[in-house]
Amino acid sequence: MTAWPPELEGRAQALAGRYPERRSAVGPLLYLAMKHDGGLTAAGVRRVAELTGLTPAQVQGVASFYTMYQEAPGRYLISVCTSISCHLLGGEAVLAAVEEETGVAGGETDGERLFTVEHVECLGACGGAPALQVNYETVEGVTPEAAQRLCRRLREQRPAVIRSDALQEEFGGRPAFDWGPGEAAGAVAPVPAFEPYGTAEAGP
Amino acid sequence: MTAGILFARMEAHRADSHTLERYLATGGYDALRRALAEMTPDQVTAEVKASNLRGRGGAGFPCGVKWGFLAAATPRYLVVNADESEPGTFKDRQLLERDPHQLVEGAAIAAYALGVHQAFVYVRGEYARPARRLQRAVEEAYAAGFLGRGIAGSGFDLDLTVHLGAGAYICGEETALLNSLEGRRGEPRIRPPFPAVAGLYGRPTIVNNVETISNLPWIITHGGTAYDAIGPEGSRGTRLFSLSGHVRRPGNYEVVMGLTWRDLIFGEHLGGGMRAGRGLKAWIPGGASAPWLVPEHLDEPVTIDDAARLGTMLGSGAVIVMDETTDVVAAALSIVRFFAHESCGQCTPCREGTTWMQRVLERILRGAGRPADLDLLLDISDNISPGLRWPPAQTTICPLGPSATAPIVSIMRHFRPEVEARVTRGGAGG
Ligand SMILES: Cc1cc2nc3c(=O)[nH]c(=O)nc-3n(C[C@H](O)[C@H](O)[C@H](O)COP(=O)(O)O)c2cc1C
Ligand code: SF4
Ligand code: FES
Repeated sequence: MTAWPPELEGRAQALAGRYPERRSAVGPLLYLAMKHDGGLTAAGVRRVAELTGLTPAQVQGVASFYTMYQEAPGRYLISVCTSISCHLLGGEAVLAAVEEETGVAGGETDGERLFTVEHVECLGACGGAPALQVNYETVEGVTPEAAQRLCRRLREQRPAVIRSDALQEEFGGRPAFDWGPGEAAGAVAPVPAFEPYGTAEAGP
Repeated sequence: MTAGILFARMEAHRADSHTLERYLATGGYDALRRALAEMTPDQVTAEVKASNLRGRGGAGFPCGVKWGFLAAATPRYLVVNADESEPGTFKDRQLLERDPHQLVEGAAIAAYALGVHQAFVYVRGEYARPARRLQRAVEEAYAAGFLGRGIAGSGFDLDLTVHLGAGAYICGEETALLNSLEGRRGEPRIRPPFPAVAGLYGRPTIVNNVETISNLPWIITHGGTAYDAIGPEGSRGTRLFSLSGHVRRPGNYEVVMGLTWRDLIFGEHLGGGMRAGRGLKAWIPGGASAPWLVPEHLDEPVTIDDAARLGTMLGSGAVIVMDETTDVVAAALSIVRFFAHESCGQCTPCREGTTWMQRVLERILRGAGRPADLDLLLDISDNISPGLRWPPAQTTICPLGPSATAPIVSIMRHFRPEVEARVTRGGAGG
C-alpha cells in the first residue's frame, strides 16, 4: 500500500467519515493527494481509490471531469477571467498581459514549472472586473499593467504563501464588494487553501 | 440605502460580522433556539410557506412548496447550493464571506423543519476564501453547541459539512451537484425523479441556494407573514442583485423587488448610472442564461413575474450592464463560449450546438462571416431549443443547452442590423 504520512492519513480518514458513503470524499481526497504530490499523480489516484473503495480508473474518470485537478501545475497558477463582466472591462487584455509577462500561453506551464496561466470562466468577482486568481486567491480590479507587476513580483520573490488581502492591496483596484476585515490564511499550493484539505497556511 | 435583511449585520458591523461573537451579540441563533424550543418542524415549514419566499438560485421555485415535496423516507439530506458560477453573479460569495453564521443558522432551521440530520454546503472550488470563512463559522457553531448532538439543549442532532467542488459550472445544476457530491462526474441526471424524492445517494434531498437559506433566521424571528408583507405579490422579500459591467457603482445590492430597472441601474445609491456618462445599450437581467433587455424596458418593474412577461428572468440576480460602446457580437461570443466550455457533453444538441455557435460568432468577429450566418445561428439555436420560446423548450437533459441560445436570440431580436453590418461590410468596423 502507498500509505500517506500519518497527519495526512488522519485527515483523509476524517474526511471520508463525514459522508453517507466514502466515495463522496473522492473530490476532497484528490485535493489532499495533489497537495502531497504537487499535482495529480498515478500514485495519488491509487491512494484515493484505496481510501474510497473505487478502482483507480474510476477515480481517474471522476478527476478528468473537473478542471481543478491538474497533473503538473506550476508553483503559481494564474487564472484570468474572460467571462462576460470581465470581458466588458478588459479581461482579455489582462490575460494577454499575463501571457506576455510570463511567456506562458493560456492553459500551459513554463519549463521550470513556475507559472501556469489559464483563462477561466466567471470567478464570482464580476463587480470587481476584471478579476484573476493566483492559486485560487482572488484579486479584483486589475489592470494589464498591475497584472504584469504581480507576475514579476512572484518571479522575483517566489513567496511561499499567497494571501488575497496582500495581493489585492498592492495589485488590485475596485473590489466587487467591501471585503471587510482581512485574514491571515493563504494558499501554499495551486490547490484551494481550505483547512480541511490541508492547504492553507496560518499567517504570521 | 439597501433594505436590510441579509446585509444588515455586515453593513452595521464591518469589522467582525463574520464572527460568532458578533452574530450572538446581534440576536444570532435566537431563531434556531426558538424553533427548537417552541415550534414543531411542521410549524417551521408553515412559516416558510406563509413567507412566500421563492428560491434565489435561478428558477424562483417557492421554497415552502419544495419542502412539501420531500419524501417521507429516512435518512434524508439538505444540500445548500454555493456553487455560484453563473457569469455576473457574486452575491452568495458576499454572504459566505461576511455573514456565514446567518447561513449556518438558516441551514440548521431548515434541517430541523425537514427532519434532516446530515447537511452539506457545496461551495465551488474557486471560492477558497469564502469556504474558509464558512468552515470557521461551522467550527465555531459546533463548539458553541449550535451544530452537533443535542443542539442548543434540544434533542435535535445535525452534522454540517462544507464540501468544495472542483471547477465545473454545471455542478450548480442540482442533480449534477448531487452526482458531484457522491464523488461522481458532475453530469446532470434525468428528472424525474426529483431530488426531493431521490436525491443524494437516492435518498430524499432538498437543495436550496445560499441566499434562500440565509433568509430563514429572519423569517423565523419575524414570522412568515412579516416577510410576505415586503414587496409585491409573487416577489416577496428583499433580493440581492449583483450589478456589474459598465455601471458607475458595481456591487451587490439588497433591494425590495418592485422597483424599476431604471431605479436599479441609475439609482444614486444603486448602480449610479453609466460609467463615463455614456448611453445604455442593453442589460442582462438575470445572469448569462437570461435574454437581454434594452432601454425601452427601463420603466418595467423588477419582479419575477414581470421579467417572465418580458421573455426573460431574474435568474441568479446578476444584472450585467452594457453601454453604447459594447460590441454585441463579442459580448454574445463571450457568453456562448462559456456555455460551450461548460457543457457536460451528454446531449448532442448542447455539446455540438454550443461549439458550432461559438465558431460562427468567431468567424463573424474575424470579418469572415457570411450573410447566411445570421440564420444559421438561429437555426442552431432552434435545434437546441425548438421554437425559441420563453420559457425555453427543453429537449436536453438540463436547461444549460437552452440557456446558450439566450445571447443569440437577444442580439438577433434587438441588434440585427448591427450584426448584419458585420457580415456584409466585414470585420471589426461594424
Ligand atoms: C446550469 C445550471 C446551473 C445552476 N447553477 C446554480 C448555482 O450556481 N447556484 C444555485 O443556487 N443554483 C443553481 N442552479 C439552480 C439549481 O439547479 C437549483 O434550482 C437551486 O439550487 C435550487 O435552490 P433554490 O430553490 O433555493 O433557488 C443552476 C441550474 C442550472 C440549470
Ligand atoms: S444540456 Fe448540456 S450541460 Fe445539460 S446535460 Fe445536456 S449536455 Fe450536459
Ligand atoms: S465575469 Fe469575471 S469574475 Fe464574473
